[in-house]
Amino acid sequence: MNKLTRAGLGLLMTTAVATAQAEEVRIGMITTLSGGGSHLGVDVRDGFMLAIDQADRGDIEVLIQDDARRPDLAKTLSNEFMQRDEVDIMTGIIWSNLAMAVVPSVVRQGTFYLSPNAGPSALAGKMCHENYFNVAYQNDNLHGAMGAWMREQGYEAPILMAPNYPAGTDALAGFKHLYEGEVIDEIYTQLGQTDYAAEIARIRASDADSLFFFLPGGMGISFMKQWENSGVEMPVFGAAFSLDETIIKAVGSAAIGAMNTSQWAYDLENAANQAFVEGFREAYERTPTLYAAQGYDTARLILSALEKAHPSDKDAFREALREADFDSVRGKFRFGPNHHPIQDIHVREVVEGEDGEPTNRLVGLAVEDIQDVYAEQCRM
Amino acid sequence: MSVTLLIEQLINGLQLGTMLFLMASGLTLVFGVMGLINLAHGSFYMVGAYVTALATASTGSFLLGLAAGVLAAAAAGAIVELLVIRRLYRRQHLDQVLATFALILIFSEGTRWLFGSSPLWLSPPEALAGSVALPGGSRYPVYRLVIIAVGVVVAAGLYLLIAHTRLGMRIRAGESDREMIGALGVNIRRLYTLVFALGAALAGLAGSLVGALQSVQVGMGEPVLILAFVVIVIGGIGSIKGALLGALLVGLVDTLGRVFLPALFGQFMAPSDAAGAGTALAAMLIYILMAVILAFKPKGLFAAHD
Amino acid sequence: MTRLHPTTTPAAERPAGTNRWLDRAHLVQGGLLTLMLLAPVAAHLLGEVYYVNLASRIALVAMAAVGLNLAIGYGGMISFGHAAYFGLGGYVSGVSAYHAFDGSLVMGLPGSDDMLVIWLAAALLCGLLALVIGAISLRTSGVYFIMITLAFAQMAYYFANSWPDYGGEDGLPIYLRNSLPGLDTNHALSFFLVCFTGLVFSLALTSRLMKSRFGAALSMARLNETRLATAGISPFPIRLVAFVISAMITGLAGALYADLNGFVSPSMLSWHLSGELMVIVILGGVGRLYGPLAGAILFVLMETLLGGLTEYWKFFLGLVLLGVVLFARQGVIGWLAGRERHE
Repeated sequence: MNKLTRAGLGLLMTTAVATAQAEEVRIGMITTLSGGGSHLGVDVRDGFMLAIDQADRGDIEVLIQDDARRPDLAKTLSNEFMQRDEVDIMTGIIWSNLAMAVVPSVVRQGTFYLSPNAGPSALAGKMCHENYFNVAYQNDNLHGAMGAWMREQGYEAPILMAPNYPAGTDALAGFKHLYEGEVIDEIYTQLGQTDYAAEIARIRASDADSLFFFLPGGMGISFMKQWENSGVEMPVFGAAFSLDETIIKAVGSAAIGAMNTSQWAYDLENAANQAFVEGFREAYERTPTLYAAQGYDTARLILSALEKAHPSDKDAFREALREADFDSVRGKFRFGPNHHPIQDIHVREVVEGEDGEPTNRLVGLAVEDIQDVYAEQCRM
Repeated sequence: MSVTLLIEQLINGLQLGTMLFLMASGLTLVFGVMGLINLAHGSFYMVGAYVTALATASTGSFLLGLAAGVLAAAAAGAIVELLVIRRLYRRQHLDQVLATFALILIFSEGTRWLFGSSPLWLSPPEALAGSVALPGGSRYPVYRLVIIAVGVVVAAGLYLLIAHTRLGMRIRAGESDREMIGALGVNIRRLYTLVFALGAALAGLAGSLVGALQSVQVGMGEPVLILAFVVIVIGGIGSIKGALLGALLVGLVDTLGRVFLPALFGQFMAPSDAAGAGTALAAMLIYILMAVILAFKPKGLFAAHD
Repeated sequence: MTRLHPTTTPAAERPAGTNRWLDRAHLVQGGLLTLMLLAPVAAHLLGEVYYVNLASRIALVAMAAVGLNLAIGYGGMISFGHAAYFGLGGYVSGVSAYHAFDGSLVMGLPGSDDMLVIWLAAALLCGLLALVIGAISLRTSGVYFIMITLAFAQMAYYFANSWPDYGGEDGLPIYLRNSLPGLDTNHALSFFLVCFTGLVFSLALTSRLMKSRFGAALSMARLNETRLATAGISPFPIRLVAFVISAMITGLAGALYADLNGFVSPSMLSWHLSGELMVIVILGGVGRLYGPLAGAILFVLMETLLGGLTEYWKFFLGLVLLGVVLFARQGVIGWLAGRERHE
């Protein structure tokens, strides 16, 4: 609220003085702040703004708009940012389907887009673009890493479950790509499904030795509660999307023991991360999620590039972004040829924290320097 | 598929059906007595779940939380009826749709304003957390059986209320002839507020119970609302009996469809394609069921009146 | 079509207008259309492309609502499933462009990026779909009709969501806006003029239709079915034809909307969209020719303006809608232009 007002006031003032300060940088953020799944957008925004505030530069203006998770609204807002406000950089979109609606036309028209979350395969492969950078992951990264890790841990008969939509089928494909073994079965659920009794019964009746699932947001909360309640004894694995800090707080003790892969953890030991986690807790009085970390890294990448060039000098600024010359909160970070991260993926376990509430704890490294498989389809 | 698994899936369908009945019975009652289409019924489901989650977290007792949730939903219903709904009874269905659509926005975003974007924690009480053995060796969660039992109790209670009490007599009179009960000296305004609050309380009860198994978050009432409308339309609007049978039918068809269709498609398709196509058809199944039923019985299975 | 009895034409009932172009209703209607046309032209001259595109969006949403208004307002058929036609129109645009782009065939036919071909296909397919859905749904009435139309739209929504060939939930991008002979459709103002023409066409069509004997029969079917029956006319075919035309208008708007966004996705088929179109019709004024335009202008502007002010904008949107339904009973157009007369 506060920031939005500030951004709004900023807009009013800058339209008056924009001509005077030619070197000003304007960033447009479209993210999901209302309705279901808005905690992701709120975290990305808060992480991003924390980095901007810490940098304390007077020449950066961030405009923030809520897309309510609707592709057509996101599209309208992107037009508003590009055509009316003439932003230099855009960022913020959470969902792959919204990114697919907005990103291609934004980058084609010469505006930089940095994704703090969504990483659909098309944008990493055939539709990659020199002005598009993904600071989070290609969607398959975390699923594939869990496949590799489960293989290494000796699980021989996993059963897989995901919603029946592109991100769901991609998730299972990504898992199988690095698991490289036979899976018992693949269960597809409906998008937005709230009751999983039928699926849990199927899993119980199967001969699986483990479950890998991808159910982001509210779906994951519903499933984990019902899974615990059903009393099925089977180790559970997922990606961080299904088990982020916000979700496991809502699931409660039922989440304890679940393993998940993430490119970042709040207890990852490096100086940048410590500064981030402390700063975030101080500013917002909660533990950051991976989304907040992604928002933070996105802003820090932009800041690092601004040290070298202004976005109006497209080639120089693009080169500065490509160098990724900043201390990522996840430690190692560099871009592959398709402007998607090459990074380590860690494994976390949900444990009971000091305050009695569940929290993620770093367990180990799943895969080092993972890169998506779509990079080779990218002609830039 | 083994017989045990089939039995388990049948119980699952039954449980989904009873949950839908709790939602649908209030919806159909409000429509039957006051002729009102209430899109905001799902908001009371959300209010029930939110208040239960908050009260359970602060008192530590699920039962107290449940009571608070149901009462809060009833109170929210009464307030909304007094402020908004009673101005809509004589209006067209269209005005009712717009007004209650506006109420959804106000409830959802108001809740988010007050309690934030993050989902809340709510779990079944310890005493009901375990599972019991089913014949054939499988196990079934106690809590889900409790939901079925609550559904049965509510159905019986509604039957007794409507068939054997003064209030029920007035409700029946109101369903058949709205002018007449006024002539009988019944305070219609109070009756309507009462019926609306009762409907809201039933939705709140559903939200509180199911909230322990699902994500307590803004917008949680919307998917259930659509299903509840499907239920009452299949059953015949205004009919409690229709709502019960419609709910069980939808619960069973949806559950069994999700289980069997992918397997069925697997008979003649590649496994991964079959899973996708089967799931897609399963998602459409209850809407197909509804369209087929209405094509042959345009007023549902047990229409009370239009 | 059944022959109509001559005495049911509204022309006979219309009071002899005293200088009808100067009364309040016509001033408001003319004002709305002029505003709709001149505001984007002014924005274009000032170099504000964004507002031109916003006007295109308003025009298309209004056009979709004009289609729905024919069913709801004039035909008394409360369809909660018009997103099905809006989305189908959008997918015709998207799928056709997709196949034109990579030269592959769709059901044995080549794709096309010519808008005229796309519009024809969208209108035909939406009409066909509405013919099937209408024929089944019109057996019901009241709330049952509301819900059965919703059921069909939900089927379309889930189908599109889980159909991988055209992107499923991710949707289908249209890389290059479809073309129109002799016009640069990528030019914002040109494209707006196309949308505006579509809107005016749909308004004119509705107006002509309602002044014809067919329109009279449709009104009679809504107001007094028995009287229509005594005139020897069956209401079913009348309603069905109106439903089909209504769907075709909404479908055409959908086809253009996909081109405007450069994108089509299942969200165009969702029940939220059906509800939104319905809200726009009611907000503007049910059964008033210019109601959907007034509703669309107000709704889209509120959505974009409130969204920039507070992240809880939907809360205030709800309050405004509630205020309109409780206190402005004739909708915005009724409030602006006065009570309904025989238009």
